Amino acid sequence: MNAGAARASTSSGLQNHFELFGLPPSYGMDEEILEKAYREIQARVHPDRFAHAGDAERRASLQWTTRVNEAYRTLKNPVQRGRHLLELRGIDVAFETNTQMPTDFLMQQLELREELEAATGGKDSSRLDGLRSRLRLQETKLESEIAEAIDGKKDYAGAAELVRKLMFLERLDAEIDSAYETIEQ
Amino acid sequence: MALLQISEPGMSPAPHEHRVAVGIDLGTTNSLVATVRSGSPTVLPDSLGRPLLPSIVRYAKDGQVEVGYAAQAKQATDPKNTIVSVKRFMGRGLKDVAHIENAPYDFVDAPGMVQIRTVAGVRSPVEVSSQILRVLRERAELSLQGAISGAVITVPAYFDEAQRQATKDAGRLAGLNVLRLLSEPTAAAIAYGLENAAEGVYAVYDLGGGTFDLSILKLSRGVFEVIATSGDSMLGGDDFDQRVFCWAVEQAKLPPLGPRDMRLLQVRAREAKEHLTFHGEAPITAKLSTGDVLDLSIDSETFCRITQTLVQKTLGPVRKALRDAGLSVDEIKGVVMVGGATRMPQVQRAVGEFFRRDPLNNLDPDKVVALGAAMQANVLAGNKPQGEDWLLLDVIPLSLGIETMGGLVEKIIPRNTTIPAAKAQEFTTFKDGQSGMSFHVVQGERELVADCRSLARFELKGIPPMAAGAARVRVTFQVDADGLLSVSAREKSTGVEASISVKPSYGLADADIERMLRESFEHAREDVHARALAEFRVEGRRLIEATRSALDADKALLSSQELNEIEKAMTELEARLAAPDHRAIKQAADALNRATDEFAARRMDAGIKRALAGRQIGSL
Repeated sequence: MNAGAARASTSSGLQNHFELFGLPPSYGMDEEILEKAYREIQARVHPDRFAHAGDAERRASLQWTTRVNEAYRTLKNPVQRGRHLLELRGIDVAFETNTQMPTDFLMQQLELREELEAATGGKDSSRLDGLRSRLRLQETKLESEIAEAIDGKKDYAGAAELVRKLMFLERLDAEIDSAYETIEQ
Repeated sequence: MALLQISEPGMSPAPHEHRVAVGIDLGTTNSLVATVRSGSPTVLPDSLGRPLLPSIVRYAKDGQVEVGYAAQAKQATDPKNTIVSVKRFMGRGLKDVAHIENAPYDFVDAPGMVQIRTVAGVRSPVEVSSQILRVLRERAELSLQGAISGAVITVPAYFDEAQRQATKDAGRLAGLNVLRLLSEPTAAAIAYGLENAAEGVYAVYDLGGGTFDLSILKLSRGVFEVIATSGDSMLGGDDFDQRVFCWAVEQAKLPPLGPRDMRLLQVRAREAKEHLTFHGEAPITAKLSTGDVLDLSIDSETFCRITQTLVQKTLGPVRKALRDAGLSVDEIKGVVMVGGATRMPQVQRAVGEFFRRDPLNNLDPDKVVALGAAMQANVLAGNKPQGEDWLLLDVIPLSLGIETMGGLVEKIIPRNTTIPAAKAQEFTTFKDGQSGMSFHVVQGERELVADCRSLARFELKGIPPMAAGAARVRVTFQVDADGLLSVSAREKSTGVEASISVKPSYGLADADIERMLRESFEHAREDVHARALAEFRVEGRRLIEATRSALDADKALLSSQELNEIEKAMTELEARLAAPDHRAIKQAADALNRATDEFAARRMDAGIKRALAGRQIGSL
C-alpha cells in the first residue's frame, strides 16, 4: 500500500528523442540508422566505460545511459514513437482519458477478442497463431496510415486517433502472449 | 580506492596503467576465478592445479572455516555444519527454502534472509558465500602476485533484486571491489561469441546446479545485446540428484534417514547421475550408519523416466523467452549449452529436438561463464582500447512494480527492458503538512501484490509542509547496470530532495554488513601495511598526474574557488606521499577524489554534448 501518496500525474519529460539520435522528426524511420546511432552513443556513455571512475562520473553515466535507453525504446515502439512525435507538436494523445473509438473499430476489436477467448478456451495455439497474424497485418496497415497522417498530410489530430487505435491493438497483442502462456500450463 | 578516470569517454588509459581484474563464477556446485593474461582469458587453478572450487563451506567449533575440497570431504560426516549449494538460499526467506527437500541444516527464520545455525554460530548465506569469494580472491592475489583492482561476479540472469544484492554484499564482505554483476548466460555468450567470432541471434541454455536460465542474445561485431531472458531460479542439477535419491530410498525401502545418511546418499545419487552421462548403468552403494548396506544399480532409462518432468520444466521458460523476443526457433542460429548439468544426454536430446539443431558444446560448460566474466572484467578495468572492446546490453529479467490500492501491482519497468533504465512518477499528499510517504516495490509478472515477490519498502521523508494535494513529489525508480534498484525523490515546486530509507524484504541492512566486516577483520591474519603503502603511493601519484592533465584541458569548467580547492588537495596529497603512513595517503587521495568528483562529471557531460553536437543528420 502506498501510504500517503496520491497519484498526481504521469511524468512527461519533453526531451526530443529524435534530436538525441540525430534523426529527422518523422514517423517513417530508418531503423538501421537508429540502431547505429544508439550503439555509437551508448559506447560513449555506458556505465561499463566508467566502472573505475569516481562517484559523480558514474552517476552522470547512469543518467545518460538511462536517457539513451528510454529514447531508443520510445522510438522503436510504433505507438510510443507516434505519441512522442505528437507530444513534440503539443498534442497529447491522451490514452487514459480519451477512450472514444469509432463504432466499426470497436466492433472489430470485439470480434478479435471473442476469437482470443475461443482460442484460449479451446487451448488452440494454432488458432492463436492465426489471430496474431491477422493482428499484425492490421498493425502494419495502421502504421502506414499514421505515417501518412503525420509526415504527409500533417493531420495531427487525425494521427492522434490512429495512434490510440494502434495502442488498442498493442494491448490485444500482449493478451495473446498471456493466452499462449495460459494454454501451455 | 577509486581512480579518477580523466580521459575522454572511450579513450584507453596509457599502457602502464594496466589494471588487473578478475571474473568470478560463483556457482551453486563449483566456483571459479579467471583473468585475462596476455590477451587470453584463463582460469586460475589452486596450488594443486585444480580449476574448480567446490562451493562448499564447513564451519568448525573453534571458528575455523574450510572451503572447497577439504569441506567437501567432510560433508557426509558433518552435514549440519557443511553448507552445500548456499546459492539456493541467497536472498530467500524460510518459506522459499522449506520446499528444498532433505536439507540437513538447522535453518533459522531470521527477518530478511534465512540463516543457518552452525556449530560456530548463526551464519547468513551472504557470509557463507563470502567465504567462497574470499578463497578465490586470495587465489587470484597469489597467482597474480598483487592486489586485484576489481572483480566481475556472475549471477543467474533470472536472479531477482534480493538475490543480486545478496551476491554484491557477499563480494563486499570478501574484500572485493565488485565492478559488475554479470548475468551468466551473457558471460557465456561473450566467451562463445569472441572465441568463434559469432554473429547472429543465439540462445544460451544454462542449467547449473540450482538455477536455470534461457537467454536470447543478438551477437554482432562489438555488441552483445540481450533480447529476452527467462528461467527458473529454483531448478537445476541438484533437483536431478534429488530424484535419484528418492528413487534409491524407495527401491531399498529405507526408513527415515538421519542427516549423515541423508547427505551420504545424496552424494552417491549425484555420483550416479554423473556416471550415467558416460555409461548405461550406475551403481549406488553405501554403508549407512545403521549398519545396513545399500547396493543398487540404476540404468539410464530409469534415470530418464524419473527426471523427465524436470527436463520438460526447462522448456517453459524457453518458449516464454522466444515469445518475448518475438522469434521462432528457426530464427535462432545456435544454442550454446552452459553448466555441468547440460552434459546429461537427455538434456542434450531435448534441446536438440526443441531447437531442431544440434546444441553447441565446443566450450567447456564448467569454465565458459568464468572466462566470459574475466573478459568483461578486463574491459571494465579499462584495459581494452576503444575499437577492441564491446558493448554489453543486458536486461532486467522480471518486471518491477509498485503496490497500489487494493493490493494490485502497477508495473513501472517491464521485464526485458534494457538496463540501465528508470521510470519517474508523480505523487502528491493527502493531508495538509504531510511530510512523508511510503512505497512498496515488488518484482514479478502477476497482477496481485500477494503473488509477486516483495523487494523493499521505501520511506520518503522531508516533504516540505504544504496544503494537501499541492506537493508534486517526483519519485524516480532507477535500475542500474547490475540490475539493482535505487529510488530518489524530489518535490518539484520547491526542489527539495526527499530522504529515502530502504527496508529490503530479503536483504541485509547496512548495519549488519558493517558488523560482519568488522568481525572479519578481527580474524584476518594478513599484514597489509607494507603492501598497502606501496599501492597507495602508486595510486596517489597516478591521481595527481591525471588531475593535472584534466586541469590543463578543462580548467575553464571550474570556478576559481573550485580550482583552488582542487589545487590545495593535490598539494596535500603530494606532501603525504613522502611519509610512510598509508592511511594518511588514503585520506588525502579520498579528499582529492571528492574535490574532483563534480569536475569529472562536468568534463564527461561536456565531452558527450560535443560529440552529439558533432553528429549531423545524414552523416551516418
